[in-house]
Amino acid sequence: MSKPVLDVRELRKIYGTGEATVHALRGVSLTVERGDYVAIMGSSGSGKSTLMNILGALDVPTSGQYLLDGVDVSRLADRQLALARNRLIGFIFQAFNLIPRTSAVANVELPLAYAGVKPKERRRRAMAALDVVGLADRAKHEPNQLSGGQQQRVAVARALVTEPALLLADEPTGNLDSRSTDDVLEVFDQLSLAGRTIVIITHETEVGDRAKRLIRLVDGSIVLDRRQAPVLSAAGRHSL
Amino acid sequence: MSFFEVVRFALRGLSANKLRSALTMLGILIGVAAVILLVAVGNGSAKAISDRIEALGTNTITVMSSGGGGGGSSTAKLTPEIADALIDPTLAPDVASVSPVVSSSATLTYEGTDHDVTSFVGTTAGWFTASNTPVGTGAGFTADDEAQARRVVVIGQTVAEELFPGVDPIDKQVTVSGALFTVVGVLKEKSSTGFQDSNDTAVAPLSAVREVLTGYGSINSILVEATDPGKVDAVQSEVTTILNQQLKVDATSGSTSTPYRIQNASQLLETQTETADTFTTLLGAVAAISLLVGGIGITNIMLVTVTERTREIGIRKALGAPRRVILTQFLIEATLLSVLGGALGVAAALIGSSFTIVGVKPVIVPSSVGLALGVSIAIGLFFGGLPASRAARLRPIDALRYE
Ligand SMILES: Nc1ncnc2c1ncn2[C@@H]1O[C@H](COP(=O)(O)OP(=O)(O)OP(=O)(O)O)[C@@H](O)[C@H]1O
Ligand SMILES: [Mg+2]
Repeated sequence: MSKPVLDVRELRKIYGTGEATVHALRGVSLTVERGDYVAIMGSSGSGKSTLMNILGALDVPTSGQYLLDGVDVSRLADRQLALARNRLIGFIFQAFNLIPRTSAVANVELPLAYAGVKPKERRRRAMAALDVVGLADRAKHEPNQLSGGQQQRVAVARALVTEPALLLADEPTGNLDSRSTDDVLEVFDQLSLAGRTIVIITHETEVGDRAKRLIRLVDGSIVLDRRQAPVLSAAGRHSL
Repeated sequence: MSFFEVVRFALRGLSANKLRSALTMLGILIGVAAVILLVAVGNGSAKAISDRIEALGTNTITVMSSGGGGGGSSTAKLTPEIADALIDPTLAPDVASVSPVVSSSATLTYEGTDHDVTSFVGTTAGWFTASNTPVGTGAGFTADDEAQARRVVVIGQTVAEELFPGVDPIDKQVTVSGALFTVVGVLKEKSSTGFQDSNDTAVAPLSAVREVLTGYGSINSILVEATDPGKVDAVQSEVTTILNQQLKVDATSGSTSTPYRIQNASQLLETQTETADTFTTLLGAVAAISLLVGGIGITNIMLVTVTERTREIGIRKALGAPRRVILTQFLIEATLLSVLGGALGVAAALIGSSFTIVGVKPVIVPSSVGLALGVSIAIGLFFGGLPASRAARLRPIDALRYE
């Protein structure tokens, strides 16, 4: 068995000091194998985003160890971290985080630019990614000209465009109607089938049901970690 | 990621925030243009002053009676004899020429047209070169004319235009206080040295003017020319010695109240230049303050956008931008803004300096261009680069949460 993609041990995250101290994570241990599809659920404030930010190498834990593809992330220099974020991880933020006054397609192109892809190829792949999320006709629109759901789908396209081995999504369907949710989940199913590793945070049980594994977080600790048979998507059922 | 790509990113960043870019550039433009122009105005007025004084001739001194006549000290009566005494190869070896001068206002009449000249000068033939007043057309009078008291006159441009519109004035006869003078020449046009029109003048032999206009009393002044501009001070002390002898002044006693006064053009030039330099420094200080204010404006604009830019940097880092690429992009943005703004400022100053400002023709000081450009670019780079470098060092999540 190859080494796990994600391997965290006794992860703790403490915000603030003194009276205002918040224990966002209280010793989380977790391994995710290659090709797994994990859904993390839990009430608001239970530390899901905190965990995800650490997994995405965007934040560092107060204590504990994080091995990404067997490499200790805390030992990586800025360049190597940048490389890992760019090539290995596709991250979808809860708050979209698109660059303002910059067109949707330019936003999606950004990770490719930092990967050193030529402009022509970049444009082609960005358009393809936008097409996947059904926004090819909105490519020239800037974020403030898009609805919340459309912005979220642009963010999904941006995370997919580099075809990362690991997709980390913080409530990617939080702002979507059931049809768009289905479209995005369909994309995730495809990626999972193609052998990519997916970790997704969600509040919705029907989203959680699509994953192969469900983790429930309460107050910064894992209280449930269960394998499950993924429910097939509506579209998948129709095609059967 | 190639450097060229980073430049394209920077350009896109600038065009995505057009108003901010324009305001920043405007701030730098105004600061730079103000510094260059104000210093140029100061420098221009200094140049104008020294030009005027140089036009008077820097290798001459003028002896005048001390005029006041108040107090106990007597006022010297300058006479042509005293002037002659100054031509003394042993006591005054550095004197090149001596021109006694009388001057009065007079009315010139030609065929029924009257014209009042403010200074009708009577002097000797050497005065034209000594006082740096060359004859344009015709000729000056000669030493012989002076000796014979011939009634000939050389008139200034203004007089020629007033009395002889469209007519060649040479050999015409004008009436001055009942006597006929023949015009032998017209002075070359002279730039005015202040409020008086220096072209509104007429010059005639000393003997003739005394005979007709001023009488045989004392003369107004004596113009002494040195052999060399460097010898002016030597000439002044030589002249002082002779004058003290002639006028029986005891040099050892109250030297503060000599009955005559010596005006030294090069001394005048020195004090005037000092004043002008002070003026330039003052304007430079005002300009530096305006550059500083412009700089604060730029800083303000940059700081206001720092929250937004910090979030943007957080996003870029999360997407895999290395610190170096981010820094390069933001430094290029800041450089482009300040260099473009600075260049436009220099252009504006160059255009502005071709106009006359408050009666002064500005003369650009090259070092002020370098200084203004340097300071503005430094401010732009510092305040554009500093927040960017700070943000680029943050963890992506902290940059994203920055408020
Ligand atoms: N930067 C911070 N400073 C202080 N406390 C923080 C910070 N970020 C998060 N917290 C606290 O940590 C806890 C976990 O936050 P987190 O964002 O991980 O919750 P979450 O599970 O993602 O919630 P939600 O479902 O609402 O997104 C919360 O109690 C929150 O108040
Ligand atoms: Mg969250």
